[in-house]
Amino acid sequence: MPEEILLDIKGLNVWYRVYGGYLKVVHNLSLQVYRGERVGLVGEAGCGKTTTMKAILRILPESVAHIPRGEIIFRGRDVLKMNRAELQKLRSRGIAMIFQDPTSALNPVFTVGEQLEDVIRFALPPEERQKKRIHDIAVQALKEVYLPDQERILQSYPVQLSGGMRQRICISMAITTPRELLIADEPGTSLDVTIQDQILRLLRELVEKHGTSIILITHSLGVARQMTDRIYVMYAGSIVEAAPSATLFKEPLHPYTVGLLASVPKISGGGIAEGIPGRIPNYLNPPNGCRFQPRCSLSDDRCLSQSPPILDVGGGHYVACFRYER
Amino acid sequence: MAVILECRDLTKYFRVGRNKQGPVYLRAVDGVSFEVQEGETLGLVGESGSGKSTLAYTIVGMYRPTGGHILFRGQDIGMEADRRSMALKKEIQIVFQDPGSSLNPRRTIGQILGLPLVLHRGLRGAAQEEAAIELLRKVELPPEYLLKSPSSIGGGEKQMVAIARALASEPSMVVLDEPTSALDVSVQAKIINKLIALQREMNLTYLFITHDLSVIRNVATRIAIMYLGRLCELAQAAEFFEQPEHPYTRMLISSVPVISDEEERLKPKKVESRGEIPSPVNIPSGCSFHPRCPERASVCSKVNPEMVLVRPGHYVRCHQFTSCWSDTKKVGEIG
Ligand SMILES: Nc1ncnc2c1ncn2[C@@H]1O[C@H](COP(=O)(O)OP(=O)(O)OP(=O)(O)O)[C@@H](O)[C@H]1O
Ligand SMILES: Nc1ncnc2c1ncn2[C@@H]1O[C@H](COP(=O)(O)OP(=O)(O)OP(=O)(O)O)[C@@H](O)[C@H]1O
Ligand code: SF4
Ligand SMILES: [Mg+2]
Ligand SMILES: [Mg+2]
Repeated sequence: MPEEILLDIKGLNVWYRVYGGYLKVVHNLSLQVYRGERVGLVGEAGCGKTTTMKAILRILPESVAHIPRGEIIFRGRDVLKMNRAELQKLRSRGIAMIFQDPTSALNPVFTVGEQLEDVIRFALPPEERQKKRIHDIAVQALKEVYLPDQERILQSYPVQLSGGMRQRICISMAITTPRELLIADEPGTSLDVTIQDQILRLLRELVEKHGTSIILITHSLGVARQMTDRIYVMYAGSIVEAAPSATLFKEPLHPYTVGLLASVPKISGGGIAEGIPGRIPNYLNPPNGCRFQPRCSLSDDRCLSQSPPILDVGGGHYVACFRYER
Repeated sequence: MAVILECRDLTKYFRVGRNKQGPVYLRAVDGVSFEVQEGETLGLVGESGSGKSTLAYTIVGMYRPTGGHILFRGQDIGMEADRRSMALKKEIQIVFQDPGSSLNPRRTIGQILGLPLVLHRGLRGAAQEEAAIELLRKVELPPEYLLKSPSSIGGGEKQMVAIARALASEPSMVVLDEPTSALDVSVQAKIINKLIALQREMNLTYLFITHDLSVIRNVATRIAIMYLGRLCELAQAAEFFEQPEHPYTRMLISSVPVISDEEERLKPKKVESRGEIPSPVNIPSGCSFHPRCPERASVCSKVNPEMVLVRPGHYVRCHQFTSCWSDTKKVGEIG
């Protein structure tokens, strides 16, 4: 187990200003990533995964997003206190992010080549920015993500490519220059499982070759199990459970995690599960106690009024639920 | 059971440039034939970029086919959507993968549902509102949602609205292009259960495109696999998983990520996918899968295998099932 903490998020809160108040989305979230570690982040659609990641890069929309409390320590420095120049450096050298929605991450009016070559040009020292050299790197970058016809793709506009092709272009943009932390927000959703497998192997090689740490956000729990050392489970803006990946699948503790795992369809058949009843809380007025309480069949009075603390149950396994208090 | 939709040797090419020999075409859909039975769910799985969405868009009339036929209840409908009659357009609807970009954020949900209600059913005013509330009820959303904007609701709810919109015209067939791949498994389970219930209630036929084999295992009647613009295997869902025959299918099933060791053991032995993915502009000769196929023989790069019926209802396009295979083997034995 690597020991140096690369990223340390402490008690992060993120709110969005909307008509009628604030959406209190991310709530006292803490999360660590060690150097060279592969961390999974899973949770319900809308629980705040992308919001948290954008906070790390300070790319939340400034006009509406507000961070009332928390620290995001990257290599000993609080990202929330960085100035412009430091942020620039953080984004071009420190952390790269593969965005969830490749359609909106790519600009529809420029060709893929123009966009990819821009990223490459920016990362090269000025004296190496020859047209031919940049183009060659771009072709190589597309090969690395197993895209055929590199020349055609560079000349194509995003609409002329399939969803999976656009996604791989975003991946290639994020990995052309090595970083210390790679945030991959749903990198496999539009890929068939054989190519997904090849891409995940590629990400794994990055970790091994450059010691890059990865945060992998995914709805595919199978991918998380296969690809990560440790998994954080997020519900309505907070971490509800964290454990080494193998442990989490063998012994899920939090009622939300248990419900989530039970919803995974089986390749052996048996039908589609019902899913967890209810819906994610309204972030304008989230529950005072445990945010999962309204959907939890095991809750009692205390869950209604108090936030559960994060409990250490041993073996690197943490859970935020009163049921595990001794 | 009656055939509701049939594709016969359907092709869709895109012109992507030109060289010395003339225009260069990308063969996105390259000779696809299949039937969809009324009331069934046909699963369509395949490689990224193999032409699944293009096939879907051609069926719903967003693209004009380059060649071949699309028969809907026996009638050839292979012309573009703007020339399809209203009566026909209402019959086949589509739900896209990304609910965020397919719903206009500047309209309320009431307006979004109102459009097809006016267009296909001539409903306005109070009658329209009533029908819109009924559509929301079908997907279990409260009537207040009529006044909300899509940007203010969650991803799963957006997809429910997109489904409600597709149902507004009272179609008989719905194409679902990766309807849940942006959602977590719990929300996904609810949407799929809803789709199954609606299918029964409204006697719908689904063409269900997905990359998630565990999902398709549990919803499809039959499953078709697409590779580089062609179908390479088609079978009943259970048989498809128990006796996959095409090497690409086996590679797919062996790569499915699962969440327990028991399930890991149920999968066929891992067939690792390596190397470059071939291009639809330059489709490999013979069997288009041969550059990645672990089971290929000398004939595979030369002759394009035909689709062969290997068992009742189970079709495979691979030389291991054509007469060429025994000949190749003989060559091997002599050499
Ligand atoms: N710019 C914004 N303004 C207002 N609310 C926002 C904004 N961006 C996100 N939200 C809200 O914050 C919540 C969390 O969104 P976020 O995208 O972080 O979730 P997520 O966990 O990444 O979900 P998914 O799995 O669907 O990607 C949602 O309720 C969303 O509607
Ligand atoms: N409008 C277009 N113009 C030119 N080429 C196109 C166009 N639309 C799609 N293509 C090409 O057709 C091929 C098939 O694309 P399609 O979107 O149908 O694939 P898909 O099977 O849906 O893939 P995915 O699983 O990644 O969504 C791709 O090579 C793509 O680049
Ligand atoms: S025809 Fe040959 S190359 Fe194609 S799948 Fe069959 S064995 Fe493999
Ligand atoms: Mg997200
Ligand atoms: Mg597609």
